[in-house]
Parts: sequence; structure tokens; C-alpha cells
Amino acid sequence: MTFRKYLVLAGVTVFAAAGDSMLSHGMKQVGNISVHNIGSLFLAVSNPWVAIGILLLLAFFASYMNALSWADLTYVLPASSLGYVLLALVARFALHEQVSPLRWAGIALISGGVGFVAGGPSLTHHQDPGAPSGSAHSNGVGAGPRNQQQVRVATGGKP
Amino acid sequence: MRHLYTWCGILLVVSFSVVGDVTMSRAMKQVGDLHALRQRFGIGTVICRIFSNSTFFVAVAAMAVSFFSLLFSLSWGDVSLVGPAAASLTFIGNAFAAKLFLREKVDRRRWMAALLVAGGVALLAG
Repeated sequence: MTFRKYLVLAGVTVFAAAGDSMLSHGMKQVGNISVHNIGSLFLAVSNPWVAIGILLLLAFFASYMNALSWADLTYVLPASSLGYVLLALVARFALHEQVSPLRWAGIALISGGVGFVAGGPSLTHHQDPGAPSGSAHSNGVGAGPRNQQQVRVATGGKP
Repeated sequence: MRHLYTWCGILLVVSFSVVGDVTMSRAMKQVGDLHALRQRFGIGTVICRIFSNSTFFVAVAAMAVSFFSLLFSLSWGDVSLVGPAAASLTFIGNAFAAKLFLREKVDRRRWMAALLVAGGVALLAG
């Protein structure tokens, strides 16, 4: 793991937490949306808080795609879950909110989980890295020669 | 009725989020390391490769449905319930789906991490 990769994971963490907070604030302003008036869900995007939230979530999306291009899903998700801890710490020390012992326990569990996964390898090496077959999505999309060429390109020409 | 809508929304968020995450992970593995590709061919090639991958669009569609399900859920339920419940269930669902569909090596360490994070997120809602 290089510093750049840690930076990408930090981007996933921070942008997701900030984006979710903005969305939550915006949706509380928009109010309840009925299933009979589902079209108003799309109008919610015109709320500035929702719009900023969406921009931050786009930044999260870019970081997330980058992380998934070099690490397993089961590595990226726990490793980037420190955002919950970040939000709780901001609530306690910046906003001076009361954080209950139960929430501190939650923070400890998440930190433990991140520690568990961070100590292991970030990527599962398959014999044919382009074809994680046996899946519902393995209709030849990843197993073709074009994909094998892409893998070689990504690994600097090494097969 | 409010609780029913909230939990239906959470279920939708989790289901489509898992589908989106798994297909996005698969798409990005097919594209290759974005940093290495960008250094070698430039950002234009990276964008072309991403947008010529059909799995990527399946992932984006699933994530879009998950996103609007989240907005729907947030309009009915508290963020302190919707956020952690959806997130913790998504962690567990993703661990199963990654093992089944992506053949990732989900060893004891990763199961522990997924369970600890899911439990921690659930506790944060308390």
C-alpha cells in the first residue's frame, strides 16, 4: 500500500460522510415524499443542500471507482468505514454533542474492523485475474482477449 | 405505515447497493488500475475504457436506484435509523456477494472486519 492508495481510501471516507450529511439535511428540508407522488423525488435535486450532497457523492464515486480498480470490495468497504467514526468525533469535539457510551462502543468496533482488514492483503489474486467466473455476471464480459489485454496494460505488460 | 415505508426503503437501498457495489467492483477490475492506466495512456483513455464497459452501466443503474431509494427512505425515517441500518446490512450483504460472485478470498479476517463494522454502525444508531 502506497501513500497515494491511502489518500484514495481517505477520499472515499471523507466525501461519503460529507455527502450523506448534506443529503440528510436537504431531504429534511424537502419533507416527506409519498409513493403516490414519486416524481417529487426528482425535484428534490433542486434543493441546494441536496445538490451539494450530490456533488460530494460524485467525488466519493470517483475515489471509490479508483479504489475498486486495485483492491477487493471486501477490503475497500470496511477500510473506508472510518467515515462513521469521523462523523461521531466531529459531533463530539466540534459540535459538542453528547456521544453515549453505546456510540463509543460502536466507534471502537468500527475501528477494530478497520484494523482487522487493513492488516491483510488488499487484493485477491486469481489465476485468471480477468475472469472471476462462477458468477451471475460472467457472461463472457470479463473473460475475452480484450480484457486480458487490459489486465496486461494495467500491470505494465506483465501477463 | 411510516415504519413499513422506511423498512421497505432500507431493503431496496441494501439490495440495489449490493448489486451496484459488486458489479462496480467487477467493472473496475476489468478496466484495470486507473492510476497505472492514466500514467501510461492519459485520462482520456481511462474515461473511454470505463465508458466502453457495459458492466459499469449496470452498476451505475443499480446505484442510481439505490440512491433514490435512500432519498425515499430518508424522507420517511430518521437518518440515525436509515443510514446505519442500510450501511450495516450492506456490509454483510457485500461480503456474501463478493465471495459468491467475485470469488474474493473472504477469509476470517475479512469476515471479522465486516461483522465488526456492521455491528459498530448499528451501535452508532443507538
